[in-house]
Amino acid sequence: MTSISLWKRKTRSTRNIQNKTFDTIENRVSFYQSTSMKHKTLFDKIWDAHVVESVDATQDILYIDRHFIHEVTSPQAFSGLRERQVPLFRKDQTVATADHNVPTINQHQRITEPLSRIQVETLTKNCAEFDVNLYGLGHPNQGIVHIIGPELGITQPGMTIVCGDSHTSTHGAFGTIAFGIGTSQVEQVFATQTLLVSKPKRMRINISGELNPGVYSKDLILYLLSKLTAGGGTGYFIEYAGSAIEKLSMEARMTICNMSIEMGARGGLIAPDEKTFDYIKGRDFAPKGEDWDKALAYWKTLKSDQEAEFDKEYHFDAAEIEPMITYGTNPGMGIKISERVPTRIDSAKPESFQNSLDYMGLEPGQELLGMPVQNVFIGSCTNSRIEDLRIVANFSKGKKVNPNVRAMIVPGSQRVRKQATEEGLDRILIEAGYEFREAGCSACLGMNEDKIPAGEYCVSTSNRNFEGRQGPGARTILASPLTAAAVAIHGKIVDARELV
Amino acid sequence: MEKIEIFTDTGVPMPMEDIDTDQIIPARFLKAIDKLGFGDNLFYDWRYDKNNEPNPDFVLNNPIYSGKILVAGKNFGSGSSREHAAWALHGYGFRVIISSFFADIFKGNALNNGLLPITVSPEYLDHLLQKITENPKTPITVNLPEQYVRIEPDGEKMSFDIDDYKKMCLLNGYDDIDYLLSLKDKITEFEKNRSYVAPPLR
Ligand code: SF4
Repeated sequence: MTSISLWKRKTRSTRNIQNKTFDTIENRVSFYQSTSMKHKTLFDKIWDAHVVESVDATQDILYIDRHFIHEVTSPQAFSGLRERQVPLFRKDQTVATADHNVPTINQHQRITEPLSRIQVETLTKNCAEFDVNLYGLGHPNQGIVHIIGPELGITQPGMTIVCGDSHTSTHGAFGTIAFGIGTSQVEQVFATQTLLVSKPKRMRINISGELNPGVYSKDLILYLLSKLTAGGGTGYFIEYAGSAIEKLSMEARMTICNMSIEMGARGGLIAPDEKTFDYIKGRDFAPKGEDWDKALAYWKTLKSDQEAEFDKEYHFDAAEIEPMITYGTNPGMGIKISERVPTRIDSAKPESFQNSLDYMGLEPGQELLGMPVQNVFIGSCTNSRIEDLRIVANFSKGKKVNPNVRAMIVPGSQRVRKQATEEGLDRILIEAGYEFREAGCSACLGMNEDKIPAGEYCVSTSNRNFEGRQGPGARTILASPLTAAAVAIHGKIVDARELV
Repeated sequence: MEKIEIFTDTGVPMPMEDIDTDQIIPARFLKAIDKLGFGDNLFYDWRYDKNNEPNPDFVLNNPIYSGKILVAGKNFGSGSSREHAAWALHGYGFRVIISSFFADIFKGNALNNGLLPITVSPEYLDHLLQKITENPKTPITVNLPEQYVRIEPDGEKMSFDIDDYKKMCLLNGYDDIDYLLSLKDKITEFEKNRSYVAPPLR
């Protein structure tokens, strides 16, 4: 400890404007507008309002509003607290669920796989010991952590949100700074509700126009990834803006922010607007009454100033985008469904590129349309919300899944599943031949028994096509829910737009 | 946390680019509830074949290569935020990873677990990989206090960046939590002075 206190901190006191007290929100707003908030990006506004102290020129101690935890990345952090004999600092800002390795059938029964069971039971024990709110197996609020946060109204604009999972970036759709952390950072947040982090650079991606019919936000983000590559966002926090983004629903926006991490970015966010406020209003943990008015006044200040400068800026036209699919082993290796597999790409050495194609069993220049597919997975925190299920059900109504295809649909949460059942989507899907499962991460990462057999193709609505991600030797092709639904029915890669 | 200062050791070459965390430690091994034992499953799907027999073509199974230094291709550690990747590398015995580019989260996780990621230029990386491949017994010195890597015996040096705070932590074996816990009063003070706070979760 001594050497830590001897460590000289070069505090940038000017950054600490949030330590000034304001009697009303309006005063704070006008203070911001009159002084330091001029020319700030949305990201800066939220970040700066959460800096407890700056440690040096690059690192800040950032206050965390909401901390989500799950069974895989929390046990070692709880053990850490015990070893250090420190309490959990702010349990009222912490929420837990079991999602990564839960079975997606017979969830009411005991988990049979012993290691998964131990992890889930450990989470239950830890949450009881440290008094953390847990939506565990069997709870009506259980689900994938990034699905339940927004769904319960826990995710709100202007917050800092973290979770020991890289797709925490999903919550950025509400105008939050949300990012994934490692387990020792989970322990930091447990112990202090803060994190020591360096401030990323700012990038803005502007997308103007409107998506064509049959083209979804999943296609948009796969398109951006194919243009900017899987490393193109490293070191940045991305703001998505422009008329095409404004037109998207909250769920579609979540799909985009979800995959920011696939560009290597720390996270991505979208300025909150009326759609955001409407989405939150009335949800379980949304502010109510007077609190709502206060919240709304604050939320409405959350946008990048007109003159704000970004370290990098891109412009795209939504009309350029077609349904996308991936052919390689990182999400940046995507093409328009009508295109052929490239013969080389700039972002990888020829050997790495070739290894990737070898793994996928594909040839350079090959056409993917018409290629047989054995599995379809509709699920994951990218595309397992009610709108996704509606797209799939709508397409599958009165049709049959191809007999050569195993098609799995895994709702993101118990609530999504319940709603799908209320809308009768479950019947449509089951009649079509889908396995309609219970909520969890499932075949997105193959930690439970939902795995894709080695060598087989899976058209998946998830976010990662890494080698072995869906099971050892599994070959993942990322696509939108509509494309996945069309592939399930036809048993081969097809352009869904021609079939609707 | 274990300290790192100055040491000389041989390196293990893995020139592949984009080695992601799913390769470093496949998801099915994430089920442990403590930090030990992950080293046994490091790079499992490359290290072992379908019958769980060691794959003789993989560098970790090649006895001519050894040492605490992993020298890897561009964009090491991309993918998930799983800290298990850092535990697996550390658990296996690596203390330093040299690459021309690291994924953000991985880098932070490594530094928090006594694993030093060193970013060098692509040219130096190629040179280093070549040296190790030519002679697997090439000694490499890592000097954290003076922030350089040196290939012995010719002494080709490459300096590297690390922020002062992280350097202090590694040299002393401290982690971020020790430091943040010492600031608890400031954090409580910050909480009292916030202008907008969302209602609590219960
Ligand atoms: S659904 Fe997949 S990406 Fe999302 S949290 Fe679960 S494992 Fe991670």
